[in-house]
Amino acid sequence: MTNPNNVSLNLSHALEFIDGHALNIPTITLLDQNGQLIEGASNVDLDKETALKIYDTMRFIRLLDERMQAAQRQGRISFYMQCLGEEAAVTASAAALKPQDMIMAQYREQAALAYRGFTLEQFMNQMFSNEKDLGKGRQMPIHYGSNELNYLTISSPLGTQIPQATGYAYGQKLKHIDAKTGELSSQIDAVTICYFGEGAASEGDFHAGLNMAAVHGSPVIFFARNNGYAISTPADEQFKGDGIAARGVGYGIKTIRVDGGDAIAVYAATQLARDIASKNGEPVLIESIAYRLGAHSTSDDPTGYRSKDEEAQFRNNCPIERFKKWLVNQGWLDLAEDEAVKEKLREDILNALKVAEKVAKPPLEDLISDVYDTPIPALQKQYDALKEHILQHPQAYPSTAGRIK
Amino acid sequence: MAKMNMLHAINSALDITMNEHPQACIFGEDVGYFGGVFRATSGLQEKYGKHRVFNTPLTEQGILGFANGLAAFGAPALAEIQFADYIFPAFDQIVNESAKFRYRSGNEFNVGNLTIRTPYGGGIAGGLYHSQSPEAYFAHTPGLKLVVPRNPYQAKGLLRSCIKDDNPVIFFEPKRLYRASIGEVPEEDYTIELGKAEIVREGKDITLLAWGAQMEILEQAAEKAEAAGISCEVIDLRTILPWDVETIAKSVKKTGRLVISHEAPITNGFGAEIAATIQEECFLHLESPIMRVCGLDTPYPLALEKEYVPDALKIFAAIKKSVEY
Repeated sequence: MTNPNNVSLNLSHALEFIDGHALNIPTITLLDQNGQLIEGASNVDLDKETALKIYDTMRFIRLLDERMQAAQRQGRISFYMQCLGEEAAVTASAAALKPQDMIMAQYREQAALAYRGFTLEQFMNQMFSNEKDLGKGRQMPIHYGSNELNYLTISSPLGTQIPQATGYAYGQKLKHIDAKTGELSSQIDAVTICYFGEGAASEGDFHAGLNMAAVHGSPVIFFARNNGYAISTPADEQFKGDGIAARGVGYGIKTIRVDGGDAIAVYAATQLARDIASKNGEPVLIESIAYRLGAHSTSDDPTGYRSKDEEAQFRNNCPIERFKKWLVNQGWLDLAEDEAVKEKLREDILNALKVAEKVAKPPLEDLISDVYDTPIPALQKQYDALKEHILQHPQAYPSTAGRIK
Repeated sequence: MAKMNMLHAINSALDITMNEHPQACIFGEDVGYFGGVFRATSGLQEKYGKHRVFNTPLTEQGILGFANGLAAFGAPALAEIQFADYIFPAFDQIVNESAKFRYRSGNEFNVGNLTIRTPYGGGIAGGLYHSQSPEAYFAHTPGLKLVVPRNPYQAKGLLRSCIKDDNPVIFFEPKRLYRASIGEVPEEDYTIELGKAEIVREGKDITLLAWGAQMEILEQAAEKAEAAGISCEVIDLRTILPWDVETIAKSVKKTGRLVISHEAPITNGFGAEIAATIQEECFLHLESPIMRVCGLDTPYPLALEKEYVPDALKIFAAIKKSVEY
């Protein structure tokens, strides 16, 4: 039987609506707050080396966030965004990937980049928009990117990376398609993970990206970070359905919801997701449930839109502490050593900050480079006029006047 | 050489590209088996497979988001937006993403592999939503290139250049001429340099400037003017961004007069940018004010299309006004 409408072909004779919350999607959690694996939980394959790297990364990001939040308050950088409360979701998901997988993040995923090997100096150079910043000082702090580490440069407009992930992953899949049959001929060697918040999922790009990924079979792991808030807007003013996960089912995408405070559950779910995406050539949706413990950014104060009681309720559920307890239970982490490392890291971070803030701003050429592959004639003319103007008023443009070529 | 209409010429450019790059993909609404509503991609799915030439769901922002991602991956992304009137849901992906991809990343990433094809312009009784010429919106965005061909030969050579260019390009196709414009087109590959205008008729009294479908109207006006003893230099701008100031300024310095014509509404149309630049470049050579013969500041009409369009008669009137100023 042909099926031009592309729907299930079961008929019913009872006039009945399906409830909007009929799915009642569970949240997968494997580790309890005391760092004990929950009885009856699925087995997880997480080796010591990876576990410690996840922990090191979370610890580093927590300290970096603390220091840079303070640096913004001191007026040393213009803006900052903390990962507070979501360290496990971001780090453990990144840890379940292969280095060749592309990461398309929203903006709060610095831990994924750190896991890939972005150095402390590289973080600092970006935040201080200095001449060593890979982004050439063009974007606000935390808009990191690295071609070498397969981490697409952050873009402020929300959700734009979602359909881009679909297209990028389609490219990753292309060479694995048999031209004659149109079918996958081998396992896809590199896939894409795409992070976004529950607020960004209200953008049209979310719909476009997920629907196209399902239709075209793009190997993308869509990772929705449901952290309860989009700046000040709570999730119950963002959508009515059962979170973001319910929508995945609507698009015909395999979906899972995990406890984002549980590094082990996130790791296991992402590992499984990668397996499905790379073997089947299809997208997967993971919804991570965590609480954004910090502000949206340094530009807002959560006391204006949520209660201290609510925050206190979640403050005790620190994802890093939970994972740390598990590591200690495993006998993989020494607490005294951990404290010493933290102390050393604090020093390193402060020292790196002091170095980066003294590095010169980018040269004037970087005002016009990369608009096109080579500057177009009109822009070159504008640049020549600007140079002449600066040379006539060097005292007004101190960071570039002395270095004009 | 073969006789081709503009659709055949575009199809030939796409065919060469698909053959050249094993990862090049063509996608958009109805471009698959059906070959596009205008049939520009006809036969390509059969030739290159459903995985490389495919229909997308109806989502222009999705098409461009997908295209940006595919281009960033490194595959030539040949996206079609069925009508330029429907490009606006993709505005954010084009203006905030495609155009800024290289700049914002410090060249860590780029979408130079992106080419957007879209039919534009009136003359097909399409009314408000099948007739617009939205080039000026995009001309205000650094990072994009905008190209418009006037005939089949130009269409193939310019499209191949757009695809080879290492920047995101929007290729506006004059849909009124898809089948109406027929000419000799080489079957083999060739390119026409971007950013260069072409003097299609030399003259000494006045310079007439347009692009795309409006070139045909400009030539008709030039004929009328010649009959009235006015020698017109007719120029096809071809690339709107970056545009060839040098060729236009040189011509205007010779003739002392300039008439610009486009279908889009006059206010803030690309003619305004040209007029501003040329008066600065050629101030002491100008014999009369630069004139613009354009669409009115209305949505594109239907029943009154004939009255709305900048036709040859209106352009001829402007030529006379300029010469007699």
